[in-house]
Amino acid sequence: MENTFTAKIWVLGDDIDTDIILPTEYLALKTVEDMKPYAFSPLRPELAGLIQPGDMIVAGKNFGCGSSREQAPEVVKALGISCVVAKSYARIFFRNAINNGLLLIENADLYDEVTEGGTAEVTPGKDIIYNGKTYEIASLPANLMEILNAGGLVKAMRKRNGLD
Amino acid sequence: MAHTLIEKLIGNKVGKEVFPGDIVTVPVDWCMVDDIMVAFAAAKFEEMGFAKIWDPDKVVLIYDHFLPTTQADDSRQFRAGNAFADKYGLKNVHRTDGICHQLMTEAGYVKPGDIAFGTDSHTTTYGCVGAFSTGIGYTEMAGILGTGELWMKVPESIKVVIDGTLPSNVTSKDVILRIIGDLTASGATYQSLEFSGSTVDNMTLASRMTMSNMAVEAGAKCGIFAPDEKTCEYCNIPYTEKEKALRPDADASYSRILTYKAEDMVPVMACPSLVDNIKPVSEVSGTKVDQVFLGSCTNGRLEDLHAAAEILKDRHIAPYLKMIVTPASVKIYREALADGTLGILSDAGAIITTPGCGLCCGRGGGILCDNEVVVATNNRNFLGRMGTSKVKIYLASPKTAAMTALTGVITEA
Repeated sequence: MENTFTAKIWVLGDDIDTDIILPTEYLALKTVEDMKPYAFSPLRPELAGLIQPGDMIVAGKNFGCGSSREQAPEVVKALGISCVVAKSYARIFFRNAINNGLLLIENADLYDEVTEGGTAEVTPGKDIIYNGKTYEIASLPANLMEILNAGGLVKAMRKRNGLD
Repeated sequence: MAHTLIEKLIGNKVGKEVFPGDIVTVPVDWCMVDDIMVAFAAAKFEEMGFAKIWDPDKVVLIYDHFLPTTQADDSRQFRAGNAFADKYGLKNVHRTDGICHQLMTEAGYVKPGDIAFGTDSHTTTYGCVGAFSTGIGYTEMAGILGTGELWMKVPESIKVVIDGTLPSNVTSKDVILRIIGDLTASGATYQSLEFSGSTVDNMTLASRMTMSNMAVEAGAKCGIFAPDEKTCEYCNIPYTEKEKALRPDADASYSRILTYKAEDMVPVMACPSLVDNIKPVSEVSGTKVDQVFLGSCTNGRLEDLHAAAEILKDRHIAPYLKMIVTPASVKIYREALADGTLGILSDAGAIITTPGCGLCCGRGGGILCDNEVVVATNNRNFLGRMGTSKVKIYLASPKTAAMTALTGVITEA
């Protein structure tokens, strides 16, 4: 679990819905790679081009609300986002994210205190250190970390079944 | 420490005290896969590389959305389902028995305290017997089929207390619509709706089922009732200490508490085209209606058919109006046939159809066109659900629906 990484922070607001994460018109593009440039485009069209692999997103409450589209967490993962830290998540997005290997962290305070462009040190299951302050985070059960570390549920199951 | 009903249920299953926000892995008692999702779940299951289903006897495959088929390619789903059932030894397969959410308790699968997942959002229905049940995606279903377990977050709870006696023209459908209107379509997101009070104590299981079914329309993860003697009778099990213990502590902590006096309730409708656009029927009465739909996993049960028959006995529905009656299951269909209910409805001019999802998911007969108005007893009035996006769908109780069928305009029962 002691898998600490440092990430540059992008800040989004409350109620970032799945239509913002990926608008309906791009859902049917052939691959997630094709969808990447349009991530977050209704809110910040430039953002997808600026995000670098390893960066993190910090957001407010109800991140991922709206439709059940599994493309939403898939495209965030494909952009190389190392983790999302939000006050809360919509239920289906939360599940779809973990199942697609995207690390989600809930924290009530970080969002109110961060500035975009800063960096944070994240230790999954333990804490986030930002600006000298430590934000404790809940630990995920081993099987969830297994899903995340494998890169999603299908891959985790294949690994479990000795296929990969 | 004091706990809500859902915390106790999950705690029992994982063998330790749990708190809202905890992420736990739960053993699964029942899986429900419907005809729309079975082909996708089967493909993911094989991609995951499982050789066998963890326990084929705990998996229930139900054909309902496409029954009978209405489009040329629909039967492909049945073939995929049949092939999957044959290959992995599924015995609990319902090919023509009714709607999945009706059958999961009616056919004796889900019991109080159980945990069930299904590939349909209205899987919340089984909360009516004091079970935890909710909808999931087909990828997750594939994982459960292989492992028999699933991770979940223990939800916070919203306590909904309804006390007193409902007016005779108000049903549990009006009650849940009112609650959704007050909570809004996202007001219970991720949370457990916990129903209690003397009004729900006095409700039949069928009426409670309507409320659990629609909990998801407020965004809830589940809508649950503590099991009582009536629950156990319905489930055909003895009412033991185990069921008695499955109730919230008096001092449990809730994110919100809603209290209602039953006597203050009035018949309401969800007006086009949002489930939380709730208005008293009296405010929209007089609106001309082209069709009435009585059916679905929300309100296609025997008491719903009885309520309509009581209003329509020895009378006839309005000229030009079509009334479609779709019993939720074959069992209900046969009971309504045997006790004369279907005869009364047929004499009144209703069209009686095969048990299944029917018009609720826009697949059965009765599809409407631009500017037509339908009063329906199901759970969603989203744009385009029953025909074109310009169809106006009003969701109502069976009583309001039957009264409206009689007059041809929206009418309070």
